[in-house]
Amino acid sequence: MPPTQKLQASDRRYTIANREALFGISLVVFHFLWWFGFAYGLGSKEVDEYTYILGFPAWFFYSCIIGFILISLLVFIIVKKFFVNIPLDEEESDI
Amino acid sequence: MNWEATLTLFLTVGIIFIIGLYASKRQMGSTNYMQDYYLGGRSLGGFVLAMTMTATYGSASSFIGGPGVAYNEGLGWVLLAVIQVVTGYFTLMILGKKFAIITKKYQSVTIIDYLKKRYDSHGVVILSSLSIIIFLFSAMAAQWIGGARLIESLTGLSYTTALFIFVGTVLIYVTLGGFRAVVTTDTVQGIIMFIGTLVLLIAVIIAGGGVENIIQDLKQENPNLISPYGAERTLTPTYVSSFWILVGVGVIALPQIAIRAMSYKSSASLHRALIIGTIVVGFIMLNMHLIGVFARPILPGIEIGDKVMPEIALHVLPTWLAGVVLAAPLAAIMSSVDSLLLLVSSTIVKDLYINYVNPDIEYKRMRRISTGVTAVLGIVVFLLAVQPPDLIIWLNLFAIGGLEAAFLWPIVLGLYWRKGNKYGALASMFTGITSYVIFEQWWQQPFGMHSVVSSLFLSLIAYVLFSLMTKDRQRPYIEI
Repeated sequence: MPPTQKLQASDRRYTIANREALFGISLVVFHFLWWFGFAYGLGSKEVDEYTYILGFPAWFFYSCIIGFILISLLVFIIVKKFFVNIPLDEEESDI
Repeated sequence: MNWEATLTLFLTVGIIFIIGLYASKRQMGSTNYMQDYYLGGRSLGGFVLAMTMTATYGSASSFIGGPGVAYNEGLGWVLLAVIQVVTGYFTLMILGKKFAIITKKYQSVTIIDYLKKRYDSHGVVILSSLSIIIFLFSAMAAQWIGGARLIESLTGLSYTTALFIFVGTVLIYVTLGGFRAVVTTDTVQGIIMFIGTLVLLIAVIIAGGGVENIIQDLKQENPNLISPYGAERTLTPTYVSSFWILVGVGVIALPQIAIRAMSYKSSASLHRALIIGTIVVGFIMLNMHLIGVFARPILPGIEIGDKVMPEIALHVLPTWLAGVVLAAPLAAIMSSVDSLLLLVSSTIVKDLYINYVNPDIEYKRMRRISTGVTAVLGIVVFLLAVQPPDLIIWLNLFAIGGLEAAFLWPIVLGLYWRKGNKYGALASMFTGITSYVIFEQWWQQPFGMHSVVSSLFLSLIAYVLFSLMTKDRQRPYIEI
């Protein structure tokens, strides 16, 4: 393989890898906002004023339970929709 | 002595043991011993990758310590623990493909190997080897002790006997099998952890008369137990959110986790691992800690947090099933320990001995030395764990935060920032470790946050500043 072509091939893979890392960062920031926002947005009032969903206090239900389900779903969507299959070493042809 | 639980517990451990030995047999015929022993020949599929990440990360604290604290603090502690879902996707998304591509090019089989090729500096190799050996060795000893205590409390055997059984099992399959045996047993252990969590959760909810009942009982005892602030309202939002860093984002820098991000077979396995890993880690972390809280109205008045899990399992489940379910925390401890053992061994053999003592080592000798070092390490840890010295306990407190402070920026910025160089990496590691130890010792929770946050901030500044200041002294970094 001539060197220029090799460089281009790896550049393409790095562009993909960089883009996917940005997805990771965006997701982790969104995760934090959801988790923190619901926990203290709904949980900071008096305990007597809490509302309950399926027996759990609403803050906990949204922040922790729905939060976990939502993040799993987002990971699924991001991986299926936006992540690209690439070969990990040069010798391999496209998978 | 509780015969029924003992029997099922050991039966489960025995099955794991046999699977580990079987995996090691398959390794005998391999050609590239180093890559195979320490990295499983980079052949992990998606499911195995997800499970080994989960099992390595989930340790004594996820199954014993954490739920014990949740028992005392209430839902606020579950909130703090559940952010560990991040570990399921973040490490693999950030290190992900780039790490696998680059370490393949560099032909690195350890984290230090990667740092060595990236920064081309003996200082970096030695400093990072020492951090791994010191911090992980202590972390390992602490897990050893936790494993033995669990066997002791469940079976009634003496602590030393329990420790002996525990260490013996782990040692045999790690020395014989290497990475592949470790990840294979990790997979079985991960499955046991998942199912054990599910069974115990259902049993606890039934025993407590349903979620609604349990929550109202908790509220009646102390309303703070169902608030996000902890039983004594001591968990501040700032403190809780700093765990997003400590047990979420920062986990990327733990060598035992990061190495798994270079061991998978193809990008398809990475994709599958992302999805499975997130679900499995989240499920275990959320529910294990919930079980801890739910145990409170069912079995009030447990004074030692570490006893909550064994006692609630024996209380709500038939004895034989409690033995199987409690194999989950034991599996978690074993799978953390075996990865740590292998990592410390690889640091000594691959990163120090071969680099500095004997670079032209022949295959047979290398193989003997790897096995020998792993075995000797295990025995030393055993001896330490029989009578744990205070130093080990003290160091273990620093292990996770210390490793994160040392490795986060050198690993991540090494991948994504071309201008990062060895001066930056050295400064960052040094600043990270020292500032972390200083914070922990003299100024706990600076600005209301866990001290790892401030240390990571300082080590980031050190990395960037020193890399920029010395950019003329070093040839520019070229991606191969």
